[in-house]
Amino acid sequence: MSHDHHEEAKHHEPVGYGTYFITWFALVFLTAITVTAAGLHLGAASVIVALCIATIKAGIVLYLFMHLKYEDATFHRLILIVIAALAIFIGLTFTDTAFR
Amino acid sequence: MAVYPRHDDHEHVSAPDANEVDFYHYQGRWSGLASWIFSTDHKRIGLMYLTLMLSFFLVGMSLGFLMRLELIAPGRTIVDAQTYNVFFTLHGVIMIFLFVIPGLSASLGNFILPIMIGAKDVQFPRINLLSWWLFLTGAVLAVTALFTGGGPPDTGWTFYAPYSIRTGTNITLAAFAVFVLGFSSILTGLNFVTTIHRMRAPGMGFFRMPLFVWAVYATGWLQVVATPVIGITLVLIMVERSFGIGVFDPVKGGDPILYQHLFWIYSHPAVYIMILPALGAISDIISVHARRTIFGYSFIAMSSIAIALFGSIVWAHHMFVSGNSLVANFVFSLLTMIVAIPSAVKVFNWVATLYKGSIQLETPMLYALAFIFIFMIGGFSGMMIGVLAVDVHVHDTYFIVAHFHYILFGGLGFSLFASLHHWFPKMFGRMYHQVPSKIAWFLTFIGFNVLYGPMFILGWEGMPRRYYDYLPQFQLWHVVSTVGSWIMIAGILTMIINLVHSIKHGKVCKEPNPWGGGRTLEWTVPSPPPLENFREIPVVNRGPYDLEPSESK
Amino acid sequence: MSATTNSLVLAHHKDYRGSKFGIWLFLMTEVVLFGGMFLLYSVYRSKYPSDFHHAAEELNTLLGTINTLVLLTSSLTMALSIAATHHGNRKLALWMLAVTILCACTFLVIKYFEWGAKFHHGIYPGSAHLAAFPKGEILFFGLYFTMAGVHGIHVLVGVVLLTVMFIRVAGQPNAKLSFVAGHGLQHAEGGNLAVVDAQGKVLWKGDPIDSTIQRIDVRTRFWPVKSRFKVEDFNQLENSGLYWHIVDIIWIFLFPLFYLIT
Repeated sequence: MSHDHHEEAKHHEPVGYGTYFITWFALVFLTAITVTAAGLHLGAASVIVALCIATIKAGIVLYLFMHLKYEDATFHRLILIVIAALAIFIGLTFTDTAFR
Repeated sequence: MAVYPRHDDHEHVSAPDANEVDFYHYQGRWSGLASWIFSTDHKRIGLMYLTLMLSFFLVGMSLGFLMRLELIAPGRTIVDAQTYNVFFTLHGVIMIFLFVIPGLSASLGNFILPIMIGAKDVQFPRINLLSWWLFLTGAVLAVTALFTGGGPPDTGWTFYAPYSIRTGTNITLAAFAVFVLGFSSILTGLNFVTTIHRMRAPGMGFFRMPLFVWAVYATGWLQVVATPVIGITLVLIMVERSFGIGVFDPVKGGDPILYQHLFWIYSHPAVYIMILPALGAISDIISVHARRTIFGYSFIAMSSIAIALFGSIVWAHHMFVSGNSLVANFVFSLLTMIVAIPSAVKVFNWVATLYKGSIQLETPMLYALAFIFIFMIGGFSGMMIGVLAVDVHVHDTYFIVAHFHYILFGGLGFSLFASLHHWFPKMFGRMYHQVPSKIAWFLTFIGFNVLYGPMFILGWEGMPRRYYDYLPQFQLWHVVSTVGSWIMIAGILTMIINLVHSIKHGKVCKEPNPWGGGRTLEWTVPSPPPLENFREIPVVNRGPYDLEPSESK
Repeated sequence: MSATTNSLVLAHHKDYRGSKFGIWLFLMTEVVLFGGMFLLYSVYRSKYPSDFHHAAEELNTLLGTINTLVLLTSSLTMALSIAATHHGNRKLALWMLAVTILCACTFLVIKYFEWGAKFHHGIYPGSAHLAAFPKGEILFFGLYFTMAGVHGIHVLVGVVLLTVMFIRVAGQPNAKLSFVAGHGLQHAEGGNLAVVDAQGKVLWKGDPIDSTIQRIDVRTRFWPVKSRFKVEDFNQLENSGLYWHIVDIIWIFLFPLFYLIT
């Protein structure tokens, strides 16, 4: 169906300032974790840990700072499509480079 | 009266006569040339794209003509080897980046898409104009690259490292030009995807959109997701040339094959950017000129999405002999087989539409029928070279050249020619002269096959591509091919002269539905349309190719 | 008079959601743009793991961490700026926007000193000193300077963009209503625009509206009331904010991959 151009009149209450401070604090905390983890000798796992933490941080920025939490499924799908595309590009490239 | 919101930030005041006269005669803020190059009207932008693209096509075609002339005999015929390298590089760059990639999307898409979905314009009209200006800028930069720096690029349009890093010719500027063109393409894709999501007329769900719209939609996604990859690849070439970072330089540990991966991650989806709108247009054209609703509408619609999806994961089939691992070659060969399926779905459905249709052999239908024949040959040859065992022998031979010309030129080219004739009365309010159009079609079709058919044989027998000289045993088919180029060029020139002449001197044709069989929304507005296309936004209550409820018996 | 005002139709509200959709699509192209470089990073890292590890020790982790915190803070202030517009607080919005721009500049200044030190030690693409390093290390620095460089260009663009936004928001009316010819304005013909107090007394009266009037804009500057702000009016600021957060996200990945693999 074509879109009702008035649906953005569904005004949710504006997000409180406090939410953003909590978000920021979580990000700073995670940064501290990742810097600390880099100092530990985790070997091969260190990449995975670093990427996991970075992904969580990015997710927090997307979800809260960029309001993805309040947007509908279309925007979620958009991001998933692009991440999937990147994963495929990198993954399929590895079928070459990892086996030479 | 319903107020139709205009979807841009800039609030717009309609002049009283906005919908009384056709868009050519609408008097806006500017006049003369300025009324075109500063216009945000999608119809004018589409025509400006068309004008530039056809001009570049003629330049590219002239280069092709010269290349064929050089190849009519072994050894030097008209130019030396370095110049020949420049010729095929420019032929590729111009045809691909300045003609085929904007293609049907930027030209016909711009003109027809909003009308087809019942909208007054695209979602972001000013960005639409910016896209056109970026296109022009990129083209000017590309031309400048010919005459500055170390001279025109000689790497082939693919700019493969490490030669593109080392050559003294003006790669940096050429790469930057293509970067700008890529940005233009991204903005167009972004604009069209958003337009299709937000501006469809009431009642037009996704499965009531015309198939051309589905095709442009899938193309838009490819433009948005794939084009940035070539953007960064070109930046990396420029940075490598300027600063020597080493990512593609074996001396510094870099891997030139990674360049090829990055390049083809875009450039393979790019060929689907080129062909998808062409396939969509053919669906519409066949339906109108066979006077039938399209057979298998939802399958054709979904096949456009499937082509976009599968086409994004097959890129390394361009690299089978570059040094890939065997694992990669297996994987990509298998994936390549899959991508043929949705294209076949389309062809089956077109043929089924024609069956028991009331076929009108108007010029658009002639080009469409020729398209099906030529596209099939291109597609089959693609299946062949997707097989590893075959590609090892024919890669970088004329077999490949034949394949992609059949698909691209026969595909996009013939579809563009069909579309130009099909929507001609809508765009110009006149009908083209019929007899010259059919003569042109005949010459083009015959010439095309005489030009490119022998290339399959040449490639199979081992004639390498991009070679300026060759062994005498190849000469026969080269001569045939060159003669074919003359016939084809005669046909194309006849077509273009005919169409250009008909713009001012063709029979006047102002009815909304001159073909009679048109059922999509663009056939409900005057020819040419007024500025805002519709007096009132229509409400859609049937499928795009169905008859009105009152008309069906 | 009030009967006439009621029959005027508000013209052309913007498609807020469409605009947002467009900017998200654009931001996804930015993600893919950097993604191509991340692809190169992943391949070369898997090929030269110890060289990458060794080269990362050359980078200044402290400055990298500070820069990370600077960008995270700038994201906070950016989000606060937009929240302020939703709460009807234009002054706070402008202050927070100014702090964001300041943070962005701080990032660039720190980077300037960081890279200055590198160049001083002969570590830059194409240097003879670097050419003597092991291959994996050459690639590490090649990728580092390119990726951080392209990111830095995006930060610079962000500074310019946010400054333009600052100027726009500072000059923006609190609310603007438009009535346009052809969409109901003709019902007002013969009438006048007027400001009327609660008792119906006319405080100010404008010229008669006739058919030559194409458009009437009513702009107000002094409505510091939360509910009067329309979120669509700050569309561009929100879109700029989204751009800024993506720049932050890119750095969130760059930082550990280059600075923390020691």
